[in-house]
Amino acid sequence: MAAGKEIKSQIGSVKNTQKITSAMEMVAASKMRRAQDRMAASQPYARQIRKVVGHVSKANPEYRHPYMQPRDVKRVGYIVVTSDRGLCGGLNVNLFKSVMRDAKQWRDQGAEVRFCAIGSKGSVFFRKYGSSELLAAKSGIGDAPVTQDLIGSVKVMLDAFDNGELDRLNVVCNEFVNTMTQTPIVRQLLPLTVDEPAKDQTTDPSSSAPWDYLYEPDAKALLDTLLVRYVESQVYQAVVENIACEQAARMIAMKNATDNAGNMIDELQLEYNKARQAAITQEISEIVSGAAAV
Amino acid sequence: MASKIHCDIVSAEKSIFSGEVELVVAAGTEGDLGIRAGHAPLLTALAPGPVRIVTEEGHEDIFYVSGGFLEIQPDIVSLLADTAQRARDIDEAEAEQARQEAQRELEQHESAEQHSIALAQFAEASARLRTLHQLKRRR
Repeated sequence: MAAGKEIKSQIGSVKNTQKITSAMEMVAASKMRRAQDRMAASQPYARQIRKVVGHVSKANPEYRHPYMQPRDVKRVGYIVVTSDRGLCGGLNVNLFKSVMRDAKQWRDQGAEVRFCAIGSKGSVFFRKYGSSELLAAKSGIGDAPVTQDLIGSVKVMLDAFDNGELDRLNVVCNEFVNTMTQTPIVRQLLPLTVDEPAKDQTTDPSSSAPWDYLYEPDAKALLDTLLVRYVESQVYQAVVENIACEQAARMIAMKNATDNAGNMIDELQLEYNKARQAAITQEISEIVSGAAAV
Repeated sequence: MASKIHCDIVSAEKSIFSGEVELVVAAGTEGDLGIRAGHAPLLTALAPGPVRIVTEEGHEDIFYVSGGFLEIQPDIVSLLADTAQRARDIDEAEAEQARQEAQRELEQHESAEQHSIALAQFAEASARLRTLHQLKRRR
């Protein structure tokens, strides 16, 4: 019965693992709900500021902010939003794959790339990958990020853009499609693009004559702060969305792990029963043959 | 001419108000603004202070914003507040206390940086109180 005992202890250890994964699944499920609420709460601001910035870039301002002018792309910056912790399936790996694919396209065109990693998984990945390309890293954001935590690393990238070290700035994060699906996306932040379809076609003044805003106090000061705020809010939104994705992905990953542990236990149980049966059969045949010999 | 104007007030945390209004009064950094339908496109920074809206039925609502941006299109007003709250959610005692504390800080500031922080806090606290007083006067 030596094999039987081994299998028994193996079943015990798988059961313990199953308990842990199912607890993690439940934790992730409740965290996901909160993360989703947070994502929904910050969405109106991000959407509204995108709308306003969309209007601004369609206007004919007296002052063209550097963020509005398209440049020849020599260096591309990526703000890569990843999770702080693992055990969330292929979430981060898929994200890195899509970043690398995008970066490769730029490299093929002769442009260099620079990264800013938000989340410890990202900093570890890019440090291994080539630290000279990593401009800034920020980890340990937690479940409830605040804008103040992000401003530092965002500023590094914006300064690089201001100094002409970057000609284009993208933000990369996972998009929360639903609980089962999270897709990595690369969004262009700077220079501003007007790919947002105008939802209010009837009131869209850009279709008529060239126009401009009245600015109070003056265009430069106002646009400077507005556009920096815009970038910060978009990065914040990306981080919040990525956290919701992380929790959803972890929930699914842990659910799969729990199910797999269940299957494994069933298989091991079958093997254990077989081993036990074989031992009994052997014992009986030994007794019978012993009796026959007498 | 349409007398309605669509107004969206959002803060970083949530959407505070969205709907058709007749009049929006907000405190810009260069002075108070009253906005009706057909206003010229305008973009301004906001100072801490009250924002008053009048709906079509003549119903009034007052909000407090701590600063942000205001964008005006002929029939849309977007107000991007850093933080915003409904005036009736303001705790008067708390606001008064914050104002006094800020004033005290202001008197015993040590560095220029502390001074500007205290000044900003003082401006916010007194704007909060001003919002409350406006709310009371309307009632």
